[in-house]
Amino acid sequence: MSPIRIRTKERPVSTDDRPQDPPANSASGRATVGTGPGQPVAAGPDTTGPDTTGPDATEPAAVAPAPDGPGGSGGRRAARGSAVRGEVSLRAPKLPRWAPLLTALVATAAGALLALTLGWGLIAFAVVSAAVYAVALPAWALVVENRRSAVDRLITTLVWSAFAIALVPLVSLTWTVVSKGAPAFSAEFFSYSMRNVVGEGGGIYHAIVGTLLITGMAAVLSIPIGLMTAIYLVEYGAGRRPARVINFLVDVMTGIPSIVAGLFAFALFSIFFGPGVRMGFGGSVALSVLMIPVVVRSCEEMLKLVPNELREASYALGVPQWRTIVKVVLPTAMAGIVTGVMLAIARVAGETAPLLVIAGSTDSVNMNLFAERMMTLPVFAYYSYMQPGVPPQFGVERAWGAALALILIVMSLNLLGRLLGRLFAPKTGR
Amino acid sequence: MSAPTTSPPAPPPARAKRRIGDVLFRGSTQVAAGIILVALAGVAIFLTAEGIPALRADAAHLAGESTFLAYAWPLLFGTLLAAFIALLIATPLAIGVALAISHYAPRRLANLVGYVIDLLAAVPSVVYGLWGANVLGPAMVPVYRWLSEHLGFLPLFAGPASGGGRTMLTAGLVLAIMALPIITAICREIFSQTPRLHEEAALALGATRWEMIRMAVFPYSRSGIVSAVMLGLGRALGETMAVALVLSAFRIVSWDLVSGTAPSTIAANIALSFPEATGVGVNVLIATGLVLFVITFAVNFSARMIVARSEKGLVR
Amino acid sequence: MKTTLRRAAKPGLAVLALSVALTACSAANEEGDTNATGSGDDTGSSLSGTLNGAGASSQEAAMGAWRAGFQSANSGVTVNYDPVGSGGGREQFISGGVQFAGTDSLLDAEELSAAAEQCGADPIIIPSYVSPIAIIYNIDGVDDLKLDGATLAGIFAGEITKWNDPAIVATNPDADLPDADITAVHRADDSGTTDNFTAYLDAVAPDVWTHGEVGEWPITHGEAAPQTSGVVSAVTNGQNTIGYADASQAGDLGQVEVQVGEDFVGPSAEAAAKVLEVSPKAEGQGENAMAYELARDTAESGAYPIVLTSYLLACESYADANQAELVKGFLTYLISDEGQQAAADAAGSAPLSDALVEEAEGLIAKIGS
Repeated sequence: MSPIRIRTKERPVSTDDRPQDPPANSASGRATVGTGPGQPVAAGPDTTGPDTTGPDATEPAAVAPAPDGPGGSGGRRAARGSAVRGEVSLRAPKLPRWAPLLTALVATAAGALLALTLGWGLIAFAVVSAAVYAVALPAWALVVENRRSAVDRLITTLVWSAFAIALVPLVSLTWTVVSKGAPAFSAEFFSYSMRNVVGEGGGIYHAIVGTLLITGMAAVLSIPIGLMTAIYLVEYGAGRRPARVINFLVDVMTGIPSIVAGLFAFALFSIFFGPGVRMGFGGSVALSVLMIPVVVRSCEEMLKLVPNELREASYALGVPQWRTIVKVVLPTAMAGIVTGVMLAIARVAGETAPLLVIAGSTDSVNMNLFAERMMTLPVFAYYSYMQPGVPPQFGVERAWGAALALILIVMSLNLLGRLLGRLFAPKTGR
Repeated sequence: MSAPTTSPPAPPPARAKRRIGDVLFRGSTQVAAGIILVALAGVAIFLTAEGIPALRADAAHLAGESTFLAYAWPLLFGTLLAAFIALLIATPLAIGVALAISHYAPRRLANLVGYVIDLLAAVPSVVYGLWGANVLGPAMVPVYRWLSEHLGFLPLFAGPASGGGRTMLTAGLVLAIMALPIITAICREIFSQTPRLHEEAALALGATRWEMIRMAVFPYSRSGIVSAVMLGLGRALGETMAVALVLSAFRIVSWDLVSGTAPSTIAANIALSFPEATGVGVNVLIATGLVLFVITFAVNFSARMIVARSEKGLVR
Repeated sequence: MKTTLRRAAKPGLAVLALSVALTACSAANEEGDTNATGSGDDTGSSLSGTLNGAGASSQEAAMGAWRAGFQSANSGVTVNYDPVGSGGGREQFISGGVQFAGTDSLLDAEELSAAAEQCGADPIIIPSYVSPIAIIYNIDGVDDLKLDGATLAGIFAGEITKWNDPAIVATNPDADLPDADITAVHRADDSGTTDNFTAYLDAVAPDVWTHGEVGEWPITHGEAAPQTSGVVSAVTNGQNTIGYADASQAGDLGQVEVQVGEDFVGPSAEAAAKVLEVSPKAEGQGENAMAYELARDTAESGAYPIVLTSYLLACESYADANQAELVKGFLTYLISDEGQQAAADAAGSAPLSDALVEEAEGLIAKIGS
């Protein structure tokens, strides 16, 4: 949350120079000279120009073209004609504000009709409706408004459909995990380990402890290294050869397959602790290998976005560079950094393959990161699902429960992180 | 604004003090960067040292192939194909979602959705795998059947369609969904950091919202978008468990996206074969890991080159 | 002022978080039981410490029961078992990383000599887990399927591709077999189950199944799924599917009855145990081995020939005497009636016959002596 950022929506709307509104607010009808004295924008007859808001928006489409295309087109031509003399119109015709809604209804109806007559499923119906909408609204806009506006409407439609499409699997996934995981939840589930449990019962306490400790240690290792590297890349090394090399290596590091990270940690620790070593700390190291590049990348991008003016202002006040970074740059980029770090934590908290290799699996609680096996939630979920025991349903239920618990833990960490980020971010004068 | 004046200023000999602080701070950032170098070198040395014996492996450890390259090629093909499908789907979706969050949606909805999408990065890869194999795959079976019936003349949909939906396309979709939160989160953050003045200037000139995004937001965030996509690619290339669970994997080269006979990926192959691998077999698997490493290296390198070229002359 | 406050708050919060994490206590079911890392207080049993094993995932269910039983009897003990796979288990055992290992396949000559070197003597090999592999299927309207070895081999080799193939109809004259493609599901990973299944195909129909006995599926036909549960869910989620999986995990799926001699036999623990009884010992596994060359082509009535045998590896002597005691105690429990019953309940495995138990006891007695 940069201090220079100003939210459009919160700015007082005074005159007609307000930039583009969400489609729902778009005004209908043409505005004629006199809607506001001192029109700041001299929109030519062919440009869409900013639309009107406020009093105009509530007015019904008095002179506005009727929703049918040709009529609108005619209206526009008339407006253009009148623009040169007498009543000069500064605005091109706009679709009525309810145009998207109407198009959506028509599209849905068309989709439903086709789906019903041809016996399609829900997915085909949704796809067809969306396609009809995506074609119809821009086409209408093309006829009534102009090409640029049509493109704008098309993109708006595409953005929202991307949004909707992305939500479908996410909702399905969330629903699957919640509906299958929630039944496993009970007091016992969170306070018991799996020690001496066969079949029903038992819990994930040992795995929760393991995940918190291992991921926490990974974060302790990765965040300073990642953040400092990002600072180096942006503040000190920018553009120079070593920084470019590091930059590139970080990219390469993002491509380390998770299982290779596990194998690497295993090989590394085997050198020091002999063969067959298993310890939670090894898992932390493996996770750090995966986490550092994510931290560096996201922090770097956020630091880059801090405007140079801030740094220069600070230098001008005689503040040393390191204090500038700590006191000005970092707080400015704090929200983004927190998001990035949380993302990195989330990314590795669910990692299974490396922990299978180096942290092993146990039924009991182990509080010591530096000795013996340690269970973690993803590994627990994996093994519980893959070797559920007989009969399988209890193990499978525990597996989903563990997955849900992991998501909830990361969710609360995320909340906490955002809260801290907000707390430490500079006041932005809003 | 945490102006530096609010904190106690440095004691009198400011010049000397400042330099020590700067040297220390700068030094520590360099050390951190050095650690990355060391870690990466460690991984590379480990992969190379453990991978070299694979070049001399015999057919018994190479699933009947005579050379390591013949063994690794189909896996490499599968890896690239899966990652390509995933990015093809995920990148436009993620940019769309990020735009929706940063520039289209009402703030309240945007915050909520942004938060939910962040969380999806936390879903364990195992869960993505299970969901892909048990929910997405079966749901896609009719689609695959339709594709192979109506578009079967394309090699991509030659079929026969898989009976359980455990196909390359499913794997690509799952990878896309896994990469989506990462790409979205970073893109969203970058889009919303576009200088408000640039945006307003564009709007004031009469740009439509899309034109504003194209002219003000995208140029500003190009490097960030590429970084985000690269992170997503990293996940797609290296993803192990989810692919292993979703894909009906064979060591073959096949463009068929809807059949149950799908090419395996390097990471999935490591996960599937590692438990039972012994001796040189382990080296062979690690060598495939090295191949993956090199590929990521190459892909990243070319992406960076392209961005660097296109960014020339673009003033931040 | 505000900044300094905030600055002070940061480490404070970190310390708080850390202390919360560190003061967390033991799991509810472990309190008064023991601490997990195994400095074990005296609770009647002389055994304490941590015993680590790794290996075949097929044994995991049984191992869970054994661990629970053994830990309950010896509260100072923690037994861990990583179901990393047979190969990984053998490797870790040979390198001394674990004290015992589970393996679905026997050691090759190289591994055997390495293991002998690590142990100081030939490793002890005990058949700890014998379980039938069920041929599971999911065909609409068919809930009784009988197949002979050659047909089964034909299905999995890709020579029989339709459910209404004459060869299938021949053994199932009454079944309502659909005119649909067969989706044959196999293990995507290298596994002992595949090894044992292909060994069976190789033994009963070598002219149809020409790919020998292999751990990794050799041909590009059918669909692949990871692990037993993966195969089970692939068969369940698909249509007109068939696959092979440990019988205990087959759930509600239909299970093929396989032709043995003149009869058709379904998978059961007793039928599996019967095969082991009629099987000869495997050669070249050292003097401490109870390894068997399973008679897959047996015509013995009531025997079910598609069987997975999984073995436990242990050493005669360990550098640490306490570990030797632990291994000895654990294995003794494992082959006891109690242990065998626990595994049968928890994993559906076939209990060892008395003769085998006696022989195993003789081997276990050697540990630590």
